[in-house]
This record gives sequence, structure tokens and C-alpha cells, in this order.
Amino acid sequence: MKLAIPVEAKGLQKKVCTSFGRTPYFLIYDTDSRVEVYLDNSAAATQGGAGIKAAQIIVDSNVDALLTPRCGKNAAEVLEDSGIKLFKTRDGSIKDNLEDFAANKLEVLEEIHAGFHNHGGK
Amino acid sequence: MKIAVLSGKGGTGKTLVSVNLAAAAKSAAYMDCDIEEPNGHLFLKPEKIKTAIVYNKIPVVDENRCTGCRICVDFCKFNALAYISGKLRIFEDICHSCGGCQLFCPEDALWEKDKEIGKIETGVSENVQVLTGILNTGEASGIPIINRLLERGSEMEITQNIADAANESHGIGGIGSTKTEKLTVIDCPPGSACSVMESIKDADYCLLVAEPTLFGSHNLRMVHELVTLFKKPHGVVLNKCLEGENPSEIFCKEYSLPILAKIPFDHELGTLNSKALIAVREQEKYRKLFSSLLQKIVEEVAYETVIGS
Repeated sequence: MKLAIPVEAKGLQKKVCTSFGRTPYFLIYDTDSRVEVYLDNSAAATQGGAGIKAAQIIVDSNVDALLTPRCGKNAAEVLEDSGIKLFKTRDGSIKDNLEDFAANKLEVLEEIHAGFHNHGGK
Repeated sequence: MKIAVLSGKGGTGKTLVSVNLAAAAKSAAYMDCDIEEPNGHLFLKPEKIKTAIVYNKIPVVDENRCTGCRICVDFCKFNALAYISGKLRIFEDICHSCGGCQLFCPEDALWEKDKEIGKIETGVSENVQVLTGILNTGEASGIPIINRLLERGSEMEITQNIADAANESHGIGGIGSTKTEKLTVIDCPPGSACSVMESIKDADYCLLVAEPTLFGSHNLRMVHELVTLFKKPHGVVLNKCLEGENPSEIFCKEYSLPILAKIPFDHELGTLNSKALIAVREQEKYRKLFSSLLQKIVEEVAYETVIGS
């Protein structure tokens, strides 16, 4: 199974990023092979619609699920259209969250915010 | 002559100053660019209202033609397009109607449709032509409405000038009548963001309205930065003036900004305003106050023109 996570820096000990659309990197993690691939998030520097562009990157990576602390309305629409499941991360390292996911401890992300539109959310 | 009235925050008295300036002029146009919550019409109560709908262009995709090349997705600087599960998805609220996606589509799979975003109402209130921009609730940007308002204002100005010229040639203007340029007062949205920049871009003069508080002086600083950036001649109206220290006045002195009027924080003016009356039309002393303000602006603009030439 392939997972995507917005992350602050490269390495499993690092933290999950609090922003989805404007995270610096995405970790694409294969739970079978345990291969970590880090993608630069080209949406981070865009003027607007970062969530949509970030979601497009995730969709194009053919992942099965996204683990994120939160997600905006537009990004959620893109992700749901392509059948990607959303799970809510908790405070802690990437590794903690991957272990929680493997143990079915992460909840499905249900609260979708209306978007920050450059007014915070970093 | 176009005067834009702006302030760094809401509630400083932009509309009070704008409607009274327009009412104090012999003949004027009042343009409400505060399209999210226009309220000048509540005071001016225009008649003979004509409404024009304002549309925005939004792309539409022909799914039979779209090959999924994603040129449009990559082009869009606002990320209003996404390509998911073999389909192009368009986010109408994010789109800025630049038309680029349509231009770059190699398959001619995109065209544009009209999306209603608001309207413009024009009417007359005694000596004032009233133009009001109204953005529909929930729309992301009112810029197209402001642009349409400014265009409409210019069209009306041209019509007016032609009429004036015609009158003059027939001698109706009378001996010694000098052709005075029509005054347009632009009531801007609050703040210093895109919609304000759009509203002041054609202005000959910017009038900054400020409150006598620390918060007020901070907001004055913001709009002062904006008009300086736009190289617009500007002056300040201090509103709600009380006895004692006025942080906005201190700011004006620090930056050598001309203070063109001080409006007192007085009960009578407040009462007239709360009854949606135009002070200039009710009380001679307010007519004098705003006529003198208008005169000062005219002088400032004339001075700027000499300096600038």
C-alpha cells in the first residue's frame, strides 16, 4: 500500500507538517517495501490554490491514502474524486504516525476546513 | 477629476466623507467601489435606478476533445484546474478569468461561459450621479465589478463632457463660465488589498480618512504606504476628532502629510448620519466644511499638476 504524508523535513524521525497544501515535502511511503520517496511540493510557493495543486501531486503519485493533520475543501474534492482515503495524523514523528496507521489507530479525517486562502494555516 | 477616498480599516468615515463631498460639489458622480457592502446609496437614495449584471468568464471543458495533456493545468498560476481520474476539473471560485487555459489548449477543448458575479446600479440623487457596485454573496473577487464601475464612470464622464461642449457652443453656458471638470468621488473598500488598488488606479487624488486612535494611525500608515507606492498625490481627513492627543495627527506631522480637514466627533453630525441623511444637504456648517475640503483638494491637485509637469 502506498501512503502520502506532508512532512516538514526528510527522515522518518521528522515531524508531519501541519499544512497540507503548503508543506515543503511529501513523503510517499510504500508499506510493503518500506521505500521512502520524498517529493518537493511545488505547490508550496504558489500564489493561490495550493491545496488543489498539492492534491494533484498526490493523485499523480498513485497513492492509496493520505495521512494529514488537516485538509481544505478544494484539495479534499480532488482527493475524493480519485478515491484516495484521508486519515488524520496526530502529534509526533512520521514514524509514530506510520506505526499508528499500521495498527489501525489513525482515524478517518472528516473535518474539512473551508481553506485559509493565504490567511494563515502554515 | 477623480478623488478616491480610502482608509486602512472599516468604519473610519469613508462613506460619510465621500457622499458629502459629492453632495457639496455642483455636479458629481459618486462611485461605490465597496462592492462587498456598498452603503453610499442608503444616504444618497438615488432614483431612476438602472441595473446592469456583471459577468465573469469561467472556462468550460469539452470532455470529448480533452486529451489530458495538462497544458492548462500547468499553465494556471492560480491552480484553478486539476486533472483527476481522466477528467479535467475546474474550480470556478479559484479562477481569475485570465483566459490563458483556453488560449493554450492545443485541442480547442476549452471555451468560456459567463458566470454572474454581481451587478452595477446607476441612479440620480439631486446633483449626484450614483454608481453602486454590488458583489454577489460568496463570490471570491469583486475586481471585475470595480473595473466595470470605473469604465462606466469614464463613459458617463465622456457623455457629460460632450453635453457640456454642446451647451457651450450654443452659448447656454453663459459668458464667463469656465468649463469645470466633472468630479468623481470613489468610495473605496476598506483596507489596502487588491480591490483598493483597483479602485485607486485611475484616481487623480487619494483622500485618506483616519480615526484619532493608535489603531487608526496604524491603519493610516498602511494606506499611506499604498498611495506612496502608487505615486498618488494624497492628503488626510481626520475624522471623529476629540480634545487631546490624536495619534493619526502625529503620524501626519511625522510624514508631512497635508491635513485637509478635521471632522469633529460631534453629536449632531452623528445623529444626521445615523438617520442616513447627508449632512451637507441638512446643515450649512457642514456644507461649508465639505466645500472647503473639496476646494483644498482641487488646489492640491492643481499644485501637484504644476509640480509634476
